[in-house]
Amino acid sequence: MNVSTQNRRDFLKKSAAITVAPGVLLYSVSPKAHHAEKPVTSETRWGMLIDTNKCVDNCTACLDACVEEHGLTEDVPVEIKPVWIRKVTVRDKQTGRETFLPLMCQHCENPPCVDVCPTGASFKRADGIVLVDRHTCIGCRYCMMACPYKARSFVHEALENQKPHSPRGKGTVESCNFCVYRIDHGMGPACIEACEAEGHEAMIYGDMNDPESEISKKLKEMSSSVLRPDLKLNPGIRYQGL
Amino acid sequence: MKKVTFYVIEGKSFAFYGGIIVSVFFILLGLFAAYNMEHHGHIITGMNNQIVWGIPHVFAIFLILAASGVLNVASISSVFRKIFYNPLARLSALLAITLLIGGLSVLVLDLGRPDRLVVAMTSYNFKSIFAWNIILYNGFLLICVVYLWFMMQRSMQRYYPTAGLIAFTWRLILTTGTGSIFGFLVAKEAYQTAIMAPLFIALSLSLGLAIFLLVLLIDYWETHCSLGDGILTRPKKLLGVFIVGVFYFVLVYHLTHLYFTGRHGIEYFVLAGGGVYTVLFWAGYVFLGTILPLLLLYHDRFTNNRISIAVAALLTIVGGISLLYVIIIGGQAYPIDIFPGKEIIDYGAMHSSTMYSYTPSIWEIMLGVSGIAIASFLTVVAVRILPFIPRSLSDTDLDETFKH
Repeated sequence: MNVSTQNRRDFLKKSAAITVAPGVLLYSVSPKAHHAEKPVTSETRWGMLIDTNKCVDNCTACLDACVEEHGLTEDVPVEIKPVWIRKVTVRDKQTGRETFLPLMCQHCENPPCVDVCPTGASFKRADGIVLVDRHTCIGCRYCMMACPYKARSFVHEALENQKPHSPRGKGTVESCNFCVYRIDHGMGPACIEACEAEGHEAMIYGDMNDPESEISKKLKEMSSSVLRPDLKLNPGIRYQGL
Repeated sequence: MKKVTFYVIEGKSFAFYGGIIVSVFFILLGLFAAYNMEHHGHIITGMNNQIVWGIPHVFAIFLILAASGVLNVASISSVFRKIFYNPLARLSALLAITLLIGGLSVLVLDLGRPDRLVVAMTSYNFKSIFAWNIILYNGFLLICVVYLWFMMQRSMQRYYPTAGLIAFTWRLILTTGTGSIFGFLVAKEAYQTAIMAPLFIALSLSLGLAIFLLVLLIDYWETHCSLGDGILTRPKKLLGVFIVGVFYFVLVYHLTHLYFTGRHGIEYFVLAGGGVYTVLFWAGYVFLGTILPLLLLYHDRFTNNRISIAVAALLTIVGGISLLYVIIIGGQAYPIDIFPGKEIIDYGAMHSSTMYSYTPSIWEIMLGVSGIAIASFLTVVAVRILPFIPRSLSDTDLDETFKH
C-alpha cells in the first residue's frame, strides 16, 4: 500500500464524513424530516378522537382553519361549496339532548368510496388516511353517492389561488385529507391545532395502533362511538359523548 | 320459413333529411352544453353536493336500459327460436348499438373530467361495479357488432344462434350491472337492495320493446312498407307483460321498504310527501306509464288501433323516465341518516339544512336530449348504408308459424 493511495482514502473518508454528517444530524434532530422520510406502513393507523362535550356552540375554529389551510375560499352557493369539515348540531329524538360536533371524512378502514371508485382514484393509504388522486379522478361522483357521511365535495367551478401543499382540481372530487402533508412532516391536522389554540381541546389525533399513544390510551379508558357502526366500516374518527 | 329480403332506404325523402337535420341540431346543442359544462364547471348545472347525478344520468341510464332491452327482439328469434321475429332481428341489434352509444356519450360528457376517458378505459378498480360496467358496455357493443355480422353474412349464419345466446347472456349481466350501480350503495336508503338488478332488467325489457315498436311504426308510416297486424300483435302483447313485470318489481320494492320500520321515511318521501318525486311516481309512472298503456294495449276498444299501440309505447317511455327520475334523483334528495336516533337541527354554518332541491338547468337537458339525438342520427345513417329494414312485414309474406 503506497502513501498516495492511503492519503486518497483518508481524503475520501474525511470528505464523506463532512458531507454526510450534517445530513445525519439534521435527520436525527428534525421531526419533520424524520416523518417525511419514513415510509408509510400499515403499522400506523391515524385516527382522531373528538370529545363532543368539549365542542362548544358558536365556535367555528376548526372549520375556519380547514378553509384557510386548504384554500377552500370559493364564493359559491352553499349547495356546491366544497366543505371538508362541517359543524353539526344533533338532538336526540328521545331525550332532547343537543350535541355539537365536527363532521368530516371518517377515514374508514373499509371505505365505500374506495370500493366504488372505477379508476382507483379514491384510495386508502397504508396508514389509514383516505385520499383522492386528482390525476386519475374522472369526476364521476360515484364516491359521493357511496359515502354514508356526506363527506365529499365536487369542485363545481374553476379554482384560483390554490395552496401548493393541497392541490385541488375543477371537475374532481375532494374531501378531508387528514392534512396528510402536515402529518408526513410531523405536525397535526390544522383543525386540531385550531381547536387547541381556542383552548377547547375537543379533538386529539394519533396512531391508534400504538398502545402508548394518547389517543389509544384514551380510547381504552373511556367509551367512544363511531358514526353508523351498523355499516361496519371501522372509521378512524371516534366520538365521545355522542 | 319464407325468405325475407332487406333493403337500404333511399334517403331522398323529406322525413330522412328532416330526421338528420333535427338530430344533428340536437347533437350540436348537446356538444355546446358539454363544452360549457367543461369550461365553466358543473356550476352551470342544477347538480350540487347532495344531488350529484342529475337529469343527464336519467337520460343516460334510460338509453342504456333501452339498448339492452331492445336487443330482446333479436334474442327471441335466435335464442328462443321464434322465427317470426327473424325479420326484425337486424333492426333490433342495430338499435341496441345506437342507443348504447347515445347513452354512453351522455354519461361521458357529464363527467367532471371527460378528457380523462382514457384513464377510465385503462385504469380499473375491479371492486367497483362502475368499472365492471365500463367493460360490460364496451363488450356489449362488440358482441352486438359480431351478432349483426353473423346475422347479415350468409356464410357466418351457422354461428348466429351462438352469437345470439352470448349477446342475450351478456345483456342480462349488463343490466344486472346497471341496476347494481344503485343496489350496491350502502349509504342511501332508497338503494342498497338486490331487487334493483331485476327491476332494471324488467324496465329495460319494457323500454326497449316500446322503442322498438315506435321505430317500427315510424318506419311503416314513413316508408309505407306493408306491416301486418300479425307482426304487431305479439310484441304488443309482450309489451303489456313487460309493463306488468316492471310494476311487480316496483311493488315488491316498496312493500319491502314499507315493512322495514327504518325505511318508512324514504317511503313516505316517495309515495306521499316528496313533491315532484311523488307526483312523478303516481302521475308519471303509475298512471301515465303503467295504467294507461295497459288499457291501450288490452282494452277491446283500443287494441287493434296502431295509434293506440304507438301512444302506449310512448307512454311506457314516459313512465320509465319518470320512474328513473324518482329512483335516481329522488333517492339522492332524501337525506341520508348519519345519526340514527337523532335529528340534525343545524348542518353547520355553511349549510342550513340536510335536504337539497334539484332543478335541472337547460344545459343538462340539452346534454341529455343529445343522447337520444345521437341514437337517432346513427340509426338513420345506418339504415341508409346497410340493409337493416325488411322489405315487407305484411302477414302474407311472413312465416306460417307466426300467424297462429
